[in-house]
Amino acid sequence: MARFLVSRLAGVVLILLLVCLFTFGVFFVLSPDPAVQICGKNCTPELIERIRDNLGLDEPLLTQFLTFVSGLFAGRTYGVGESATHCAAPCLGYSFQSSQPVWEMITDRLPVSVTVAVGAAVLWLLVGVVGGLVGALKRGTWWDRSAMVVALAGISIPNYVFALLLQYVLVVELEWLPFPQAVPFSEDPTRWFQNYLMPWIVLAFAYASVYARLTRANVIDTLEENYVRTARAKGLPGRLVIRRHALRPALTPVVTIFGMDFAGLLGGALITETVFGLNGVGKMTADSIARNDQPVIMGVTLLAAAFVVVGNVVVDLVYTALDPRVRVRSA
Amino acid sequence: MTTIPTEALAREEGAPSATDGAPPPGRVWRALLTDRGAALSAAYILLIVLMALFAPLIVKVSGWGPYEFDQTAIDPDLAGTPIGGWGGAGGEHWFGVEPGNGRDIFARIVYGARASMLIAISATVLTTLLGVVFGLLAGFFGGRVDWVISRVMDFLMAFPALIFMIAILSALPAGNRATLLVVVISLFGWPYLARVVRGQTMTLAQREFVEAARASGASRTAIVFREILPNLRSTIIVLTTLAVPGYIGTEAGLSFLGVGVVPPTPSWGQMIASSVNWYSVVPTYFAIPGVFLFLLVLSFTVLGDRLRAVLDREGAR
Repeated sequence: MARFLVSRLAGVVLILLLVCLFTFGVFFVLSPDPAVQICGKNCTPELIERIRDNLGLDEPLLTQFLTFVSGLFAGRTYGVGESATHCAAPCLGYSFQSSQPVWEMITDRLPVSVTVAVGAAVLWLLVGVVGGLVGALKRGTWWDRSAMVVALAGISIPNYVFALLLQYVLVVELEWLPFPQAVPFSEDPTRWFQNYLMPWIVLAFAYASVYARLTRANVIDTLEENYVRTARAKGLPGRLVIRRHALRPALTPVVTIFGMDFAGLLGGALITETVFGLNGVGKMTADSIARNDQPVIMGVTLLAAAFVVVGNVVVDLVYTALDPRVRVRSA
Repeated sequence: MTTIPTEALAREEGAPSATDGAPPPGRVWRALLTDRGAALSAAYILLIVLMALFAPLIVKVSGWGPYEFDQTAIDPDLAGTPIGGWGGAGGEHWFGVEPGNGRDIFARIVYGARASMLIAISATVLTTLLGVVFGLLAGFFGGRVDWVISRVMDFLMAFPALIFMIAILSALPAGNRATLLVVVISLFGWPYLARVVRGQTMTLAQREFVEAARASGASRTAIVFREILPNLRSTIIVLTTLAVPGYIGTEAGLSFLGVGVVPPTPSWGQMIASSVNWYSVVPTYFAIPGVFLFLLVLSFTVLGDRLRAVLDREGAR
């Protein structure tokens, strides 16, 4: 077990380093001169020179990359002498637009994104797993069919279309919900809840659909296994067969996928937050894309990758705990 | 977002198991055509393909091109809201006009189908090629080749693909966006197919008929192409069909976010993006491209599902 952990962690570090290299490559090699972009409209050649000097853009690429990576762990100092600014670890650089440290921009907006993500995750797990179970246990009935039709729609509808549709129906036509507007929980809990309700539903719909289909297929498969037949044959009541023998193996894959999906949620949050005007990390990313604010995009990319990679390790550990057959999983 | 279903579907249900030979195509076709869902889906896909192919002709019939501004169809006093109900739909403009500039929505839908289909199909071809080649290589040769390919796949699959695509696309100069989109989508898409192909190749390589071929002196190339590849046919067809909706959604999503197809070239995702500010006033503006996009993704998903069911059933015979 210890050896397994160590090798996994080494893998994580390696992958994160590769991610750094990749993002670094994309932004500093492919894109046009960052100094010109920071400089903005009232630019002089001297100013560009100073920025370049400040950011160390004249250094060889390898040196730049190493400074960048060490900045992540130990912080770094831009410029020299009086104009020097220290960027504490983890240093992701400064926004081209607002000159704020990227790390601070992300942590400021993280609570909103986490609220969206956690709420949606609870919703999709509940709806997805219950929907899938109902489908599997009442296979072929009206319940099963309608659940699967809804799930098919959920997989097929792009979430921004669903978001607009929901907003149009619930807010404009039926007026069940007020126009989305950010209100802190402490001020007005009802309004806060109403504000997050649509983002939760939108983000959860596609996932819930996938989970429902997966759960249904898994439960149906497990119910056909020999040990379930054995349990039935020895006279165990149906409900106990399902609870004791069928559920655990059927739901283990759901746990695996859940970990990965939750870690990768930032992609989904991007669109949902933009459409509903929630000021989270996703919307910030979308805005940065529009303004070509590369340090911010790069910071978010790195963070998102870190989430996914760490999420994968957690999934592996949980999986090992849940399924005794897989004590050590090979790649 | 839209990439979610791609990944999820690839993980979700995998492929039909590797069986001895694929079922005869004739029987599969017949089974699919008698299935109402599959037939309807295929019909819709065919419709969109024809629309994309004959876009210039269709637009001649409908009367308005995708880049023409019809100032008479919008009301300047109401900030450019289309005149008439349903977003200005009628005999003149079949699906109404875009608020603000009066471009014909029908023409833009027809031309938008070109962007969607072209990008989705090219990405599918490229990912299939990459996925099959690397999957076969890794599965058949094993050892060091397998190790390297598997690590690259792990690396690519470990990422939130959408954010990476956005990062790359926003960093690259605008240039030829369609090609860039295809390359970027394929770069992150091929491991999902390759992983399954690798696994099935490993199983197939142990089978008696491969051993027999080897014993009778067939070259390794011949074994891979004549013995193993034909047995992977069902898997490849099903996974590819199921991957297409993901690519369509991804293209639309990236265009929606402003890093995909560049205006004024129409794309469904981009049309939906520009409708965001008008959704409460002119709901048809987002609803029309939304419905077209939804049905296209739905059709490919249903077709893929049914295809797998048929191949599974026929394969089990």
